[in-house]
Amino acid sequence: MNIEGQIRIPSGCAVAAVISKEGRKMTGEKIIDSMKPMHDRSNGLGGGFTAYGIYPDYKDFYAFHMFFNDRGCRKNCEVFLKERFEIIKSEIIPTRKIPSITDEPIIWRYFVTPLRSMLASFQVDENEFVARTVMKINSEMPGCYVFSSGKNMGAFKAVGYPEDVGVFYKLEEYKGYCWTAHGRYPTNTPGWWGGAHPFTLLDYSVVHNGEISSYDANRRFIEMFGYKCTLQTDTEVITYIMDYLIRKQKLSLSESANVIAAPFWSTIESNKDPEEKERLKYLRTVFSSLLITGPFSIVFGFNGGLMALNDRLKLRSMVVGEKDDKVFIASEESAIRVMEPDAENIYAPAGGEAVIVKVKEGAF
Amino acid sequence: MLIDAENMDFKTLNQKIRESENKIHITGCCGQRFIASGMKDKEITIDGISGNALGAYLNGAHIIVNSNAQDAVGDTMNEGIITVNGSIGDAAGYAMRGGKIYIKGNAGYRAGIHMKEYKTKVPVMIIGGTAGSFLAEYQAGGIIIVLGINSNGRKIVGNFPCTGMHGGKVFFRGSTDDIAFPENVCLKTASDKDLDQIKPEITEFCNIFGYDTEEILNSPFTIATPDSKNPYKQMYVAN
Repeated sequence: MNIEGQIRIPSGCAVAAVISKEGRKMTGEKIIDSMKPMHDRSNGLGGGFTAYGIYPDYKDFYAFHMFFNDRGCRKNCEVFLKERFEIIKSEIIPTRKIPSITDEPIIWRYFVTPLRSMLASFQVDENEFVARTVMKINSEMPGCYVFSSGKNMGAFKAVGYPEDVGVFYKLEEYKGYCWTAHGRYPTNTPGWWGGAHPFTLLDYSVVHNGEISSYDANRRFIEMFGYKCTLQTDTEVITYIMDYLIRKQKLSLSESANVIAAPFWSTIESNKDPEEKERLKYLRTVFSSLLITGPFSIVFGFNGGLMALNDRLKLRSMVVGEKDDKVFIASEESAIRVMEPDAENIYAPAGGEAVIVKVKEGAF
Repeated sequence: MLIDAENMDFKTLNQKIRESENKIHITGCCGQRFIASGMKDKEITIDGISGNALGAYLNGAHIIVNSNAQDAVGDTMNEGIITVNGSIGDAAGYAMRGGKIYIKGNAGYRAGIHMKEYKTKVPVMIIGGTAGSFLAEYQAGGIIIVLGINSNGRKIVGNFPCTGMHGGKVFFRGSTDDIAFPENVCLKTASDKDLDQIKPEITEFCNIFGYDTEEILNSPFTIATPDSKNPYKQMYVAN
């Protein structure tokens, strides 16, 4: 098949998420169901989910979810992994054979911890070490792809409709306090397993509906900091931008939102709070290359919470609702109603207005 | 005629609506798109959440939505009435060229984008609550009314209203002092004569949603219209 760079496919998408602020665990069934009324937003070329809190028994270890083209790739990659990590557990990710999902690669997961000697010789902390390892595998080892690398969380993705992908990965057997989901309608790149959403790095994950027009400007900037955009897809670059702003630059979530969905200069100028005006100006000036233009609605997941954000012009839909300890987010209200028929306080956040939900301290 | 739409795809649902007699009640609706598109001579009541492009190309039918509605309601509608008892998503009344959309709650972004009119065909959209940014973007005709009921001190419209407007009118109930309009738009306080023009629709709106017409009209209204003195002078050609 043709991969990124050999083919461009012109073209929507569906996103959904649920989080319990009390950290109460949910199986994957509801989030799978939420994608059904939005079926026509995808075209069967990609679906995926992220689940947080699913590996409590291995919560101190990085969970690598990987695709391999063949057994040889896996063997080679394991040799490489053993040079850098202690592998606590290695297993096939359980799947079920269903007619709607075909041509699956070898899908494996490893629970690993970086070797202390490696951390000492690289002189980096373990997150940075893991991030660099993921970049190295994904850019330099053909046939091997890490699609999830955080602690106590995991991404599950495939080519197919999201409701089928959920069944394929047996997500009813996982319990998480936060789930995000994506149905793909690829716009510029072919639908293959690695290209499906969510895109992740460490415990950060992004599901995205849209097509950003600043991709190359963003990519050129972010690649200066060691990130390698291997997939030519806008969601991958958003994931790396969030990692750079939050983990490396130590910005808060709302500051990151003000960078990537910065208000128009005219809107900043009309702000009556001088301090706020200065703050917005500063962020927009310092990180001008990380402004993301064009349509996007994203759900950014991380250990302990999520952030939903629309582009500043709000060229894509996004609806938020609540019920008891849970917050629901989706491209359409219908998806929220499937998860919780009695959801309350339904509203559509404005363009650039970040919706940040965190699980209470100690509950995840 | 009662139609239970649970787990029904949109094609089947529309097929059933077309085959039904004139009065139809849909229950268990959950995101089915294109409901009643292009239809006339029907009265359709919807329980549950209707999908995108509800009443697209509507040609005379009457749609009553008992909860919120999603995006692109009444896209390019030609005739008929859509009433929404809750709020409405983005791009409501996109390129609407006739008929009426009455929304009890708030409207999302880009309500009334590229609405148009021709002679006696003048579409009307009334937003009971507040409207999002880019209201009346590229408006070419028709009437949009924002009442701001229960706005509780919030701005009744978001940023950049009437951008690219070159026809039609937008009525805002109450003050527009805190709203920034583009330069090519003229603002004036509505006269009694102006209000007479929209009184039938306001009355209809109030009757549907249970408001007191006199009370709603007993407030200053501001009208936004395009600056008719060649608003795009020098913009594209030296004229």
